[in-house]
Amino acid sequence: MSTVSGRTDSKAALPGAATRRSGPMLRWLGTRGPREFVLRWVVLFALFIGWELAAKAAESPYFPPPSEFAARAAELWLPADGTWLTEATANDVLPSLARMFGGLALGSLVAVVLGVAIGLSRRLGDYVDPLIQFSRAIPPPALIPIFLVLFDRGALMRVLLIAFGAMWPVLLNTIEGVRSVDVIKYETASIFRIGFADKLVRIVLPGAAQKVFAGLRTSLALGLILMVISEMVASTGGIGFHIVQAQRSFQILDMWAGILLLGVLGYLLNLVLTVVERRVLAWHRTTNREIA
Amino acid sequence: MLTANHLSHTYGSGAGAHAALADIDFTVEQGELVSIVGPSGCGKTTLLRTLSGLMRPTGGSVTFHGDEIVEVPTGLAMVFQDYSRSLYPWLTVEDNVRFPLRRLHLPKEELRSRIDEALAAVGLTGHAAKYPGQLSGGMQQRVAIARALAYRPEILLMDEPFASIDAQTREDLEDLVLEVKQRFSMTIIFVTHDIDESVYLADRVVVLSKPPTRVVTILDVPLPGERDQISTKELPEFIRLRGEVARLIRHPRDAQEPVAAAAG
Ligand SMILES: Nc1ncnc2c1ncn2[C@@H]1O[C@H](COP(=O)(O)OP(=O)(O)OP(=O)(O)O)[C@@H](O)[C@H]1O
Ligand SMILES: [Mg+2]
Repeated sequence: MSTVSGRTDSKAALPGAATRRSGPMLRWLGTRGPREFVLRWVVLFALFIGWELAAKAAESPYFPPPSEFAARAAELWLPADGTWLTEATANDVLPSLARMFGGLALGSLVAVVLGVAIGLSRRLGDYVDPLIQFSRAIPPPALIPIFLVLFDRGALMRVLLIAFGAMWPVLLNTIEGVRSVDVIKYETASIFRIGFADKLVRIVLPGAAQKVFAGLRTSLALGLILMVISEMVASTGGIGFHIVQAQRSFQILDMWAGILLLGVLGYLLNLVLTVVERRVLAWHRTTNREIA
Repeated sequence: MLTANHLSHTYGSGAGAHAALADIDFTVEQGELVSIVGPSGCGKTTLLRTLSGLMRPTGGSVTFHGDEIVEVPTGLAMVFQDYSRSLYPWLTVEDNVRFPLRRLHLPKEELRSRIDEALAAVGLTGHAAKYPGQLSGGMQQRVAIARALAYRPEILLMDEPFASIDAQTREDLEDLVLEVKQRFSMTIIFVTHDIDESVYLADRVVVLSKPPTRVVTILDVPLPGERDQISTKELPEFIRLRGEVARLIRHPRDAQEPVAAAAG
């Protein structure tokens, strides 16, 4: 006889349960709520106090207490005396950040473009896979001598080094993300005679976005590392240069201040990326949820 | 309007080849609603994919307005069986419905009214700003239906569109399909495994066999044009037809002798 296979959709009305959560995004500085916030920051704070006490007790010239090098860092780089830009910031921080963002932007752009092409074409993927596996296995700092010969010691060489070293996570993740897009989504677009360019922008990119962001997160960390390393060699400015220079001239406080600055920068950049990701992928938190 | 000529399709080749469609022949006329029923896995989805131009059949051809289909023609839309995979989770319900309309270059007001009308027709007014991930399966399926309705195709292919929808909503949507067909004189090919549904909606029912799949019979449905969920289904003619379709699916060979088939 006839079959009736209607499931009830009683789960239907849960008005906007997921969208509403996106509001107090920054309130707890990247943590999920007051509880996690306290837990995370209290542990960090306790660690610093322990360090402070230990350093004070040891009185070693190489291990100054955090309070001292933090004060030195504030003096060097925090806005003071009515100027936003201290001399040290202009000399060290801004050029460093410019090179890092330049390198990351270039590397990510190239990686996304290549990744989309490779992800869409199995054949292209088969051809270039060995090349990718080989290239990404080379530790980027090992390329500094070659890059120095090829591009001299200017900003370009450092930007390219960062771009080259940081592109692999984005590339590999983009390829995977593009390949994970369901073929039915393309077929649906084909049924409605949507053109290739529209498919690219409206299906391929959003479909791969989550993976791309995962790649960006790793690339950001790599970019910071490469920025510092590239500035420690044949350089005249930047945070990496500052640290090496301070160490060579026994300005131990300055050295530690530079390390602290790197930590803070890395943290803030990651935080910014997280916020951007949550904005861009707001839809994503609506799926894989109990309502899906 | 749409004709399948000795259509056949085999997946793969060599030892692993699977002959999904053996020989399919039928024609759908302008303004007609033809439902297609057949056992599970007999190749209904495969058939729709070749009819739509998404996939070239390995044998035979499909013609639309007399021209052989080599790609998806204009004026054709399809509601996929895997509705959740066919929606775009990064677009809101409204933007999912708007997506196919991009290429039609409609005036702003018409775009708005088509989207609103389509969402209202499937009972999703008020859910326009949500993402598919926030909806139940049945609601997602209705978004996919609304998307096809807003596109206003000449011919609409629907692949088991109501399979995950509760009985009450399902009846409403069946009546919506009939209404849309009337209002826009839309031609509709409707795949279902629900025998009542196939008879209730259709002008003709195409019954398919088990693989390798052929057309067992094409039944005319001489029910009055104006259909009603309760009274139409009480008509002796309706009851006779649904019995016949059920018998044809179960015992395609001895379907001509209904008494013997019922006893067996
Ligand atoms: N891409 C494919 N490659 C190989 N075999 C396939 C492919 N798609 C479908 N098939 C096979 O073809 C046959 C028909 O599949 P199809 O999905 O068309 O059947 P159906 O009638 O729509 O099934 P259902 O009632 O479950 O929706 C099945 O045996 C299936 O395994
Ligand atoms: Mg199917």
